[in-house]
Amino acid sequence: MTTLFTILFDGVAYGMLLFVLACGLAVTLGLMNFVNLAHGAFAMTGGYVCAVLVNNSGWPFFAALPLAFVSSALIGVVLERSLYRHLYTRSHLDQVLFSIGLTFMSVASVDYIMGSSRIFIKLPSALEGQFDFFGVGIGRYRLMIIVICGLLTVALQLILAKTRFGSRLRAAVDDPRAASGLGINVPQVFAFTFAFGCGLAGLGGALSAEILGLDPYFPLKFMIYFLIVVTVGGSSSITGPFLASLLLGIGDVAGKYYVPKLGPFVIYTIMIVILIWRPNGLFGRAATR
Amino acid sequence: MTAKADVGYHARQHARWRLSEVAFWVLVLAGALLFPSRYLIMTDILRLGLFALSLDLILGYAGVVSLGHAAFFGVGAYSAGLLALHGIIPEPVLALLAAGLIATGVGFLTSFLVIRGVDLTRLMVTLGIALLLEALAERFSNITGGSDGLQGIEMQPILGLFAFDMFGKVGFFYCLAVLFILFLLARRIVHSPFGLSLRAIRNNPLRAAAIGIPVNRRLIAVYTLSAFYAGIAGALFTQTTALASLDVFAFERSADLMLVLVIGGTGYLYGGLIGAVAFKMLQEVFSTITPQYWQFWIGLVLVVIVLVGRARMHRWALWLPNLVIRQFAGRKAVVVVPERDAS
Repeated sequence: MTTLFTILFDGVAYGMLLFVLACGLAVTLGLMNFVNLAHGAFAMTGGYVCAVLVNNSGWPFFAALPLAFVSSALIGVVLERSLYRHLYTRSHLDQVLFSIGLTFMSVASVDYIMGSSRIFIKLPSALEGQFDFFGVGIGRYRLMIIVICGLLTVALQLILAKTRFGSRLRAAVDDPRAASGLGINVPQVFAFTFAFGCGLAGLGGALSAEILGLDPYFPLKFMIYFLIVVTVGGSSSITGPFLASLLLGIGDVAGKYYVPKLGPFVIYTIMIVILIWRPNGLFGRAATR
Repeated sequence: MTAKADVGYHARQHARWRLSEVAFWVLVLAGALLFPSRYLIMTDILRLGLFALSLDLILGYAGVVSLGHAAFFGVGAYSAGLLALHGIIPEPVLALLAAGLIATGVGFLTSFLVIRGVDLTRLMVTLGIALLLEALAERFSNITGGSDGLQGIEMQPILGLFAFDMFGKVGFFYCLAVLFILFLLARRIVHSPFGLSLRAIRNNPLRAAAIGIPVNRRLIAVYTLSAFYAGIAGALFTQTTALASLDVFAFERSADLMLVLVIGGTGYLYGGLIGAVAFKMLQEVFSTITPQYWQFWIGLVLVVIVLVGRARMHRWALWLPNLVIRQFAGRKAVVVVPERDAS
């Protein structure tokens, strides 16, 4: 029984992490309809920035996390303004090719600068180990991830649903022409959203170094996971991808625990079955394109 | 002339062999005889060309974007390897056909998943299938050899006559023969009414359905055919290198393939072949500059191609040849950019 709770707990932590990593993609791919396979590269950037700051410059871990967010967001906004915005109206094939190209470039550059081996971020001692909670072993680090990611999720939902910016974004996504007719600066909204999504990915990358492992091949290795979250979750709201990432997280952890021999097989099969059953995702609305 | 006869007349005109096409194949053969020391890399180019041809059939002609075409390449490669390793079908040509047919089977079964849904779902499903097969190959390591790959494959002589030599000469001509035969077949298919209907589907599936083309059945057919071609390419890989490892399924293989096709141009059969030559040359150049990081330059090429625009790039590349043709032959260019790219 307790192992079940431990699996559930680890799965939730893993899923929350996936959600923070992928929710930027949920916006660009799900809402703006841009196939950005390079999303993992932004996450990797955040992870490496955090690692360098903590390991080499001796920054405290919690001070380095916001910087991971900021650096990824900055790179995101620069790339969006210079390259991505030209491709919003192009075909999906062009977008796929472009973002695969970016991914390859990021992998090779990080390999060149940082070396190809997996790196670790030195954690403060308060986050190490686990404590016992009614017989269930709770990892401190995972608990922190659940807290941070849970807060972020609530904040995101509130921003999207309650603020003026949220309604602008929803308007710009629903109908860019009508939105700009109403005086909404659509490119600016998109650029800001893109940067914010990249920043979240960077933060997720920094948090995930401990659990997922951080090496130059991160963007390629986890690309499929991000895509699963978005396509399975659908694009109608933030809750779809959130539930999808929880499902994926719990499913993956449980699958690795109970049927370790099958490996990632379970996840891919579930994804294909869900996509066949509901091509627009579990929580999706009618076809967007 | 009735409308139907008119269409038939123009289709036949398009399907006629042109001088430039003959020149292309003569050039290929000349290349084979001119560089006897480079058989291995030229074999590599031929395999890649065939693989690109198979992607072109679905991407260029039917407009189906696939991120996991390596799946069929891998199925073909492992089938050929297993057939040879256990001596089930020792003769290479028969084994090649068998491996191609196995890939065809897998292609037919998965085509039902692919025709559903929009571009994005297709991308995901094709990518998922390739990853799934990779995971399977890793899981059943007692059959596939796991991450070590299939080892100790010994190839029998082709048709019992030509043994594979260590310089790759026989392997090269074997690949060339297979490529040429399959190319002829593909050429016949894309110029047939079936091929024309595929192009109608690519340009506008809704309109194609409205004029009575069974869209889904045609897509299943061409996807299966493309799987056959990819399977043959994979089988050639195993037969000429005597090796099959997990990286035949790798995502990088599918991504590189896209680049090959994009360099060469989608929607005409020579695109994949020209792209394969250009891609291998680029790869050679890049790996002499920075051996470990050539992927960076490949990525840069992709980004630049997309930003410049694929159609525009091909116009630039064809500017000089077309100028020469116009000056000397005094007629319109023979080589043109395909009228519409896949979207």
